Amino acid sequence: MRKNNVILQTTTKVAFFIIFLFSIHIFFAGHFAPGGGFVGGLLTTGAIVLLLLAYDLETIQATLPFNFTIVIGIGLLLSFSTAAGSILFDVPFFTHAFGHFDLPLFGDTELHTAMLFDAGVYLVVVGAAITIIQSIGGDD
Amino acid sequence: MEFVWFIFLPAAAALLIPALFRRVTGIHTGWFVLAVPAVLFVYYSTFVPHIAGGGQSVSVFDWIPSLGISFTSYLDGLSLLFTLLITGIGTLVVLYSIFYLDRQKENLGNFYVYLLLFMTAMLGVVQSDNVISLYLFWELTSISSFLLIGYWYKRDGSRFGALKSMMITVGGGLMMLGGFVLLGTMGDTYSIRELIVRLPDYAGDPLFTLAAVLLLLGAFTKSAQFPFYIWLPDAMEAPTPVSAYLHSATMVKAGLYLVARFTPIFADSSVWIWLVSGIGLLTLMWGSFFAVKQTDLKGILAFSTVSQLGLIMSLLGAGAIAYHTDDKMFRIAMFAAIFHLVNHAVFKGSLFMVAGIIDHETGTRDIRKLGGLMSLMPISFSVAFIGGLSMAGLPPFGGFLSKELFLESMVNLKNFDLFSFDTWGVLFPVIAWIASVFTFVYSFYFVFNTFAGKRKADKLPKQPHEAPAGMLVSPVILAVGVIVIFFIPNVVGKWLVAPAVAAAQPQLYSSPAAAEVHVAAWHGFESVPLWLTVGVIVFGSVLFASIPKWRAVYALQPEKLSLNGLYNGIMSASERGMNKLSRSYMTGVIRTYLIYMFAFLSVMTIVILFAKGAFRLDMDSLSPITLFAVMNAIVAILGAGMVIMSKNRISAIIALGAVGYSVALFFVLFKAPDLALTQLVIETISVALFLLAFRHLPAMKTHGETKQNKVVNAVIAGSVGLAMTLVAISAHSNKLIDSISQFYKDTVHTEAGGGNIVNVILVDYRGFDTLFEIAVLSIAGIAVLGMIRLRLAGKGSDDEKK
Repeated sequence: MRKNNVILQTTTKVAFFIIFLFSIHIFFAGHFAPGGGFVGGLLTTGAIVLLLLAYDLETIQATLPFNFTIVIGIGLLLSFSTAAGSILFDVPFFTHAFGHFDLPLFGDTELHTAMLFDAGVYLVVVGAAITIIQSIGGDD
Repeated sequence: MEFVWFIFLPAAAALLIPALFRRVTGIHTGWFVLAVPAVLFVYYSTFVPHIAGGGQSVSVFDWIPSLGISFTSYLDGLSLLFTLLITGIGTLVVLYSIFYLDRQKENLGNFYVYLLLFMTAMLGVVQSDNVISLYLFWELTSISSFLLIGYWYKRDGSRFGALKSMMITVGGGLMMLGGFVLLGTMGDTYSIRELIVRLPDYAGDPLFTLAAVLLLLGAFTKSAQFPFYIWLPDAMEAPTPVSAYLHSATMVKAGLYLVARFTPIFADSSVWIWLVSGIGLLTLMWGSFFAVKQTDLKGILAFSTVSQLGLIMSLLGAGAIAYHTDDKMFRIAMFAAIFHLVNHAVFKGSLFMVAGIIDHETGTRDIRKLGGLMSLMPISFSVAFIGGLSMAGLPPFGGFLSKELFLESMVNLKNFDLFSFDTWGVLFPVIAWIASVFTFVYSFYFVFNTFAGKRKADKLPKQPHEAPAGMLVSPVILAVGVIVIFFIPNVVGKWLVAPAVAAAQPQLYSSPAAAEVHVAAWHGFESVPLWLTVGVIVFGSVLFASIPKWRAVYALQPEKLSLNGLYNGIMSASERGMNKLSRSYMTGVIRTYLIYMFAFLSVMTIVILFAKGAFRLDMDSLSPITLFAVMNAIVAILGAGMVIMSKNRISAIIALGAVGYSVALFFVLFKAPDLALTQLVIETISVALFLLAFRHLPAMKTHGETKQNKVVNAVIAGSVGLAMTLVAISAHSNKLIDSISQFYKDTVHTEAGGGNIVNVILVDYRGFDTLFEIAVLSIAGIAVLGMIRLRLAGKGSDDEKK
């Protein structure tokens, strides 16, 4: 914003990544522990809002050069196609699948199509929230 | 290949039209379109021998099997007859339209897309065995005919006529849907054939008559029966090929098809028989009388169509009587109905095309300006002469035969001693005869006032001459058909009419051969219809010769008291009423809307809660109230109080945040970590957002709040709070069924492979909910973006102006 706030800016640099990583963690943890795409997306949004408070809109747009309206679209498409994908396997719309896989680094891991759907939710939440924030913040 | 897909062939072809219309500019698009109905006609013709032999062909595509909804192509005599009319006359109409619509001036892409869509819709209506898909196609005919009638959408009349036809036919269609659903519920099936088979199970149902009436409303509106006929004359704003197609051969006949199709089900009902035969006869009388009033060629034809549809309708009603008596006489009625339907499609098609030719070559359709065209347009005159005399019911043309059958059926009606037909039935032949006289008059009026008499060359916008050969092909083919039918009626009867009759009255006939009626032009001198026809000719000629003397009768009816006046009145009254209503509550102030919404919500909740005796207070299963919870509640209440009291905005925002955080704390206290987490983040972000937007907000004003205002607000806020509290308490106290959470606990591992119920509910059990929610969120995000962009753009242009 208008004034340089060194303490806030320095803290934000660190805090942003902590919050962001936490949101990723929460997103993946969602299926078994509190969390999920919605909260994860909101947390990321929160981290970006923090950036916005510490710096200004231009800095953020330079740091995160995404078009967030496209992020919304990708998220929506991901969610919908996950739900619709079940039709290819001749099961009702929105039937999820899951199973256990032995992955090289992670060991026995449970994988869900629900996770893909949730990732779409995550993207939509981030995209929509940031779109709103950017348009309000950029309205000078 | 399953032939059910052929229904969709025209619609599929319609997809190609825009590309063809743009790319292939040298050739009239109609030539490509012509192939579609022609191919279909040839294809469906191959079914004729099989169907006439008593067979049926079925092809099914299951659409929503769990609800019993399917696309079915069920070809029996009735649907095949209509299919051949749709495709056969469709071919001729497309051919005619190639010469009628100018390649350079008209938007042919639109025209043919609509026409092909309409063709699919009509095929679907007549071939569907499933009433739900029948309804779907039925309304598609309304929509596509709306587009066709409004094809010249820059003309006020076209838009008015299109809207009128859609309002009336779609309205009737909705009634019909109600009838279908009633039938489907009573008979436990949506298949028409199944309904016929199961008739004894539900014929005594009290709702049976209601279903009959609702169904008839659909049929009457579509087939332009009294008093719904008013849309048909206005629909004449459509291009003439459309009129020839929709209003002679196809759409208006859908209602007749429906009545014929459902006759085996409803023939038992006296209401059905009276309505169908009575309204039909009334329409016949009304239409034929008012046809002479018209001055527009197509207007005359429109009213004549109305009257002819009434004629067929009354015959269908008389045909239903055959179920109540062994008297063979009544079996003729259904045969006459179908036979006249074929005749009408043929001669009316040719007449419409002639009207189009006259319009095209002279520039006017006003009969007062026309006259003496006989020598200039000999071929058109011959076609009009043949069609017109067939319409009047004169030999040697097809219409004569069916007209005789019609008169005979009407004379027979009084012999039927049920439903008080033995007393009132006498009226039928009388009205039918009078209507026939007027039919004679308007047929002659149409033909001879246009082609005979003195030529009024100075009144015509164009120098009249005979139409180009291509334009004459279709009407000439139809005119030849009119004569051919007269000479070989029994061939037509055997191959087309009798199978249709057998299909419309399956309980009466074992095979199409049993339904055949020997049609002869000459029944001997003791035949009653013959003398009735002689009477028609004598009185008709007298009336025709003296038209100028008695035409003043029509002026007696003021326009305001007509059905059109009624329609216009209803339309403008509803427009004004709705405007007034919406202006009364759309104040443009968001607070007003909130007051309405919350007042409604709280009042309805509280009233229903107590009216239904749903409120209960159960103290037993409550957990003890901890000190933390009390303190937290106090914080929340204080915060909420501060929001209201605070004089500047920033403290209000912060107080609102405090309320939100204390709610989050409640979630923590009651062990709902997911909710707490979400609430905390949401609260953080929304407060931050509020602060971001803060500098854009104007200084806080009191909005001119009066004491009264504040009292209203307080009352509403209090009642919403009260309602929510009561709901929460009774929801807790009334546990009619076990909580669903046990189900989630049991299945979350096995079904969804998850551990966190909340998240699994979001992404799996109620994934639909979430999917739509994120869709809403996306729309909201983009809407905010759009609004602010728009505002910025507006600002920019304002600056430019300065």
